[in-house]
Amino acid sequence: MTANGTASSESAPYTPQPLAWRLATVIRIVQETPRVRTLVFDVPGWPGHRAGQHVDVRLTAEDGYQTERSYSIASPPEDAHLSLTVERLENGEVSSYLVGELREGDAIELRGPIGGHFVWSVADGGPLVLVGGGSGIVPLMAMLRHRALATPEARGAIATRLLYSSRAWNEVIYRDELARLAMADPALTVSHTITREPPPGWTGFRRRVDRAMLEELVEAPRERPRLFVCGVTPFVETVADSLVGLGYEPAAIRTERFGPTGGAA
Amino acid sequence: MTPISRGFRGRHPEPGAGKLPPGQYETHDFPVLSAGPTPHTPLASWSFTLTAGGKSARWSWAEFEALPHEAITTDIHCVTKWSKFGTKWSGVPIDALLAAGAVQGVQPAPFALALSDGGYSTNVPLADLTNGQAWIAVAYDGGPLPAEHGGPARLLVPHLYFWKSAKWVRELRLLPRDDPGFWERLGYHNYGDPWREQRYAGDP
Repeated sequence: MTANGTASSESAPYTPQPLAWRLATVIRIVQETPRVRTLVFDVPGWPGHRAGQHVDVRLTAEDGYQTERSYSIASPPEDAHLSLTVERLENGEVSSYLVGELREGDAIELRGPIGGHFVWSVADGGPLVLVGGGSGIVPLMAMLRHRALATPEARGAIATRLLYSSRAWNEVIYRDELARLAMADPALTVSHTITREPPPGWTGFRRRVDRAMLEELVEAPRERPRLFVCGVTPFVETVADSLVGLGYEPAAIRTERFGPTGGAA
Repeated sequence: MTPISRGFRGRHPEPGAGKLPPGQYETHDFPVLSAGPTPHTPLASWSFTLTAGGKSARWSWAEFEALPHEAITTDIHCVTKWSKFGTKWSGVPIDALLAAGAVQGVQPAPFALALSDGGYSTNVPLADLTNGQAWIAVAYDGGPLPAEHGGPARLLVPHLYFWKSAKWVRELRLLPRDDPGFWERLGYHNYGDPWREQRYAGDP
């Protein structure tokens, strides 16, 4: 199994298939917010994924220089195409290329799916609690889209709550789609908090996610919800610590931290 | 044949910067990655255990502090692609831990499984932890190791991808056979050499 030949076949959980680099061709681009685009790729041979997983993207310059980054998958497993939603970071070496330069018809390399912990499928059941900050919504959206494709009965049995924190109303990624999903689905509740520039007449939350907000919105610990938290590190630390403080089992809280690194910090 | 990404120039490493393993980029901040909430274990209830073959040695925080410590300056490489050069740590060399354990009858075995608060685990061959290659780190950049970076104590194995440097480590279990840890069971590489880009199971 390994290069150092240490793991026996019995101790290995499965026979690993190498995650091959695949050519992914952009077939559509959706401008989600001023700094965020969704890239829809055709990826021949894509092996499929679970909602919440990510891919590695590799770019190669003409002189052979290469670099890689990880991006969460936005599309549900049921989609024929693979979507990544990317936020342009200040000085982001790869994100500024993906958001600013890449055009329909261009191809990049990617491999995956990666990550087997921050994943959810309809068969896992609920209640489902998703807490996202900024572009941390992306893997949570894959879960919501996957859930939306289940039968109404299956969906109705999975009470689902999204709490989504954005800085400004025009920075809310998937805003219209989230509204449509919530409208069509009595078992889904979407709550926004707008931390810096709430729109005129905004009556919703206008502060960072905190313990009181979670206590007000989230199913009680006795309901044993599955909790997924994704955002930048301080966001995830605050939310996860608050959830532990409110009595949720730490093992039921799955987190994905990401950060603008290598420049914006 | 690697395709060129049209219009991509990239930010090549600055001259004189450290050497980057394939696919990595340099960061100057210190990103945090973990699969769940950050545990906060008080030092009064913290202990460290070394086990092998049914024998174990255990140190309270005060006893652990009395073990030999070393200052370490090293580059670290995370599988999520960032590398950070010249990080400064202090901690107990695994060599010193094994020596102290041997006094209490704990004998080495070829594989190690590090076990952490919060349920995390990771496996490393013992040969990768000895001869000055690994530490239980308790300080970072001149201060106590912050909880979000694995404090009060984390394994530090800087020559492997950083998920091997288990945060919040509480036990090192020495085993006759390899036993894959948390990420190793979820598709990540069993060994994790950044210079051979062993990120995921099946990577050569």
